[in-house]
Amino acid sequence: MKDISCRLLVLGAGPGGYVCAIRAGQLGIDTVLVEAKKPGGTCLNVGCIPSKALIHAADEFDKAVHFASADNPFGISASKPALDLAKTIVWKDGVVGRLTGGVSALLKKAGVKIVEGWGKFRDGKTVEVETQTGLQVIRAGEIVIATGSAAVELPILPFGGRVISSTEALALTQVPRNLVIVGAGYIGLELGTAFAKMGAKVTVVEALSRVLPQYDAELTRPVGKRLRELGIEVMTEARAQGLNSKGEALIVEAADGRKKTLAADKILVTVGRKPVTEGFGLEAIDLDRDGSFIRVDDKCRSSMRGVYAIGDVTGEPMLAHRAMAQGEMVAEIVAGEKRAWDKISIPAICFTDPEIVATGLSPEEAKAAGIETKIGVFPFQASGRAMTMAKEAGFIRVVARADNHLIIGIQGVGDGISELGGGFSLAIEMGTRLEDVAGTIHPHPTRSEAFLEASLRALGHAIHI
Amino acid sequence: MADHVIRLPDVGEGVAEAELVEWHVKVGDLVREDAVLAAVMTDKATVEIPSPVEGEITWLGANVGDVIAVGSDLVRLKVPGEDVPVVVPSPAEIKQKPPSAKPRGEAKPMLAPSAEPSAETTEPREPPEAAPHPARRLPAHAAPARQTSFGAPRAEGLRPLASPAVRLRAREGGIDLRQVPGTGPAGRITHEDLDSFFARGPSVGRSAGLQPKTGVEELKLIGLRRKIAEKMATAHSHIPAITYVEEVDVTALEELRASLNKEKRQTLQRLTLLPFLMRALVRAVAEHPVVNSLFDDAAGVLHQHAGVHIGIATQTPSGLMVPVVRHAEALDLWGCAAELARLSEAAKAGTAQRDELTGSTITITSLGALGGVISTPIINHPEVAIVGVNKMSVRPHWDGTDFVPRKMMNLSSSFDHRVIDGFDAAVFTQRLKALLEAPALIFMESST
Repeated sequence: MKDISCRLLVLGAGPGGYVCAIRAGQLGIDTVLVEAKKPGGTCLNVGCIPSKALIHAADEFDKAVHFASADNPFGISASKPALDLAKTIVWKDGVVGRLTGGVSALLKKAGVKIVEGWGKFRDGKTVEVETQTGLQVIRAGEIVIATGSAAVELPILPFGGRVISSTEALALTQVPRNLVIVGAGYIGLELGTAFAKMGAKVTVVEALSRVLPQYDAELTRPVGKRLRELGIEVMTEARAQGLNSKGEALIVEAADGRKKTLAADKILVTVGRKPVTEGFGLEAIDLDRDGSFIRVDDKCRSSMRGVYAIGDVTGEPMLAHRAMAQGEMVAEIVAGEKRAWDKISIPAICFTDPEIVATGLSPEEAKAAGIETKIGVFPFQASGRAMTMAKEAGFIRVVARADNHLIIGIQGVGDGISELGGGFSLAIEMGTRLEDVAGTIHPHPTRSEAFLEASLRALGHAIHI
Repeated sequence: MADHVIRLPDVGEGVAEAELVEWHVKVGDLVREDAVLAAVMTDKATVEIPSPVEGEITWLGANVGDVIAVGSDLVRLKVPGEDVPVVVPSPAEIKQKPPSAKPRGEAKPMLAPSAEPSAETTEPREPPEAAPHPARRLPAHAAPARQTSFGAPRAEGLRPLASPAVRLRAREGGIDLRQVPGTGPAGRITHEDLDSFFARGPSVGRSAGLQPKTGVEELKLIGLRRKIAEKMATAHSHIPAITYVEEVDVTALEELRASLNKEKRQTLQRLTLLPFLMRALVRAVAEHPVVNSLFDDAAGVLHQHAGVHIGIATQTPSGLMVPVVRHAEALDLWGCAAELARLSEAAKAGTAQRDELTGSTITITSLGALGGVISTPIINHPEVAIVGVNKMSVRPHWDGTDFVPRKMMNLSSSFDHRVIDGFDAAVFTQRLKALLEAPALIFMESST
């Protein structure tokens, strides 16, 4: 097969890689994108998008169940609903298909050449791709590594059989009767909540003392409360010991040291994600590492000239929107623009029930950084919109510097709060002060008013509390 | 609520007007009785004007730097009570601050120093009506609303605050935002800040190197500085001066000074050159009394003084002041030294009394090591002579056979040429020179 020469080669078509390739194509850079699977990476195929589809379907089903029970306050009565998860999965796959198809079309429109197959470095300027039609050698002026991340496997619970990762969980066609989830991070709780709403008996096993341990306790309390309401059993300070001899139950050492056997149709292991740095010949070019990640500078340059890395393979936070921003930046750098990573806000969202959104510093982090703060919290219990939706759990919290009122952190927990994340991020990225938010009209009646009120409260004159 | 007008009181000394040098209050402030409203400055002193009543300031009658006539409206207040307008001259007494006016050549006090009314003796007048006491508690001092100020300079290591669009523009323009001052809220760097940074040009904008500055700061001359400016203008425009420079061999004087200081008693002031010069001046004046005069040019009268009151030009933190050593003819060398030290200390500390700053008949100006080679002193109007002391240095001196090192010092003296001829100026200066070069002459009883 004839070798390809190009200016830019992007290894991996996840959110980082495909954005990088599209932007490079827009800038007139001769770009090749190498991907073994469908474009879109984990996010579109087995991550953000399908999980959100499943969570939404579960919420809809949960509503129907709620309507069928006599205690709903709306006066709605309905008969007991049933769920055909196989049909749900077909719908979800349809959504994913539309999006990956869309990405392919965008890449094409931008003039990006896609080579399907598994790419491997031969050297810092050359990649070999095993395609269906043979080995394709690609020589590139510059290469972007965007190989992403994969679910971490526990040695005592290797994937296979009843032990599944999130990828398999998103493809289940039947709701498991007993679902045990190892790891109470956001992926485990999002999926656990969805399956519980769809009727599974869910048990969550977490080694630390509380769920979502990377967020502060105040922020996660409404989530923990809702988990209990949904009948999800959360075992904290508990350790998975492995399957029982029959391979049908998980043995767990509980906080009190006693062994417990949890019957499980499926055991979902969500203990984190690790960068994909093997299987593509990275050893051939020997890049500097930062732990298991590829070390990059503020322009996403690796230790080898002409080799960039973006996305999950470069470290935390492993979030699609960070990878996208990095991909866009690298494309512009390759095009000769002056760019460097200067983002202040990378918001993180948990699509739990209720949702959590956090950006900037939490009160504790600000304190640890030695910053004197003013903090304003506004609970949704005082929000008219929350009342009209019968979803009053949660709050919005604003963290600002005490000296100049610069907003340095915004966190919130509440129904549908993920949609406010963009506004929070804008506020921080623009360098707003409390007075800026306080002086901005927020539409009534919406949950966004809680942002205004939290800022007012930090200034000491909230109106509605 | 009643309106209450406070007028500029008679601040003593028979002055008709005073310059406002400071407001202690602003409109809207609540003040209580005796709270200081403003400070005004006369030729002699800075005087604080207290409020005779308590109330809320509604109007201020002048700006800092304005000259206000005594009796004109200074402040209007709203006072609690019945609705009757009341006009009160502020009680005229008045904590007298250290005088900060430079009393150069004020003729009147010297002609009749004892008759001069003094602010200290003026009795405080009671306000015409007792000030009503409102229930409301007022702060001890007028407490202007605290203003929260933002935009302090960025602390070391703090990220410059700017929106993404500003950051992008800066990056593309090759500008390090850490070098751009932010004028926005919380020190945020705005597009306008970038515009002005760009406008300064890339070459200077990019480095912290030399940069042209274009600003002009307007500094209003107030207080002592304004007095100095007026006095200097008067002296220089009125007096056609002649400046005469002569060099003096002070080797013998310095030896004498050194041995006197070496043997000095603990209680006595360490001697500088000035007390010797003062004593020499007393001697020289005795022979040439015309230089120790005040010239009233309007009346065409020269007031030749018997006493030698030597003004000593002194640099103080607030500007040039001239404390006066009175009756130097009646002080010995140590007395001159002690009085000189006391007065210059008082002037620098701002504690000199008014009569210590007025009444000189002749002036000495010396900048010590900064004295330079030659100076052209401005005569302290209405005096007619000023003696300037230049820097002392070791210079080669031809003694007829050899060059020998001698401690030499120039005297640059100015004289009012209307009343002192060049010849007289020269003779007077030569006499000073002779006295200083042979210091024993200074101390000889009734030398001629």
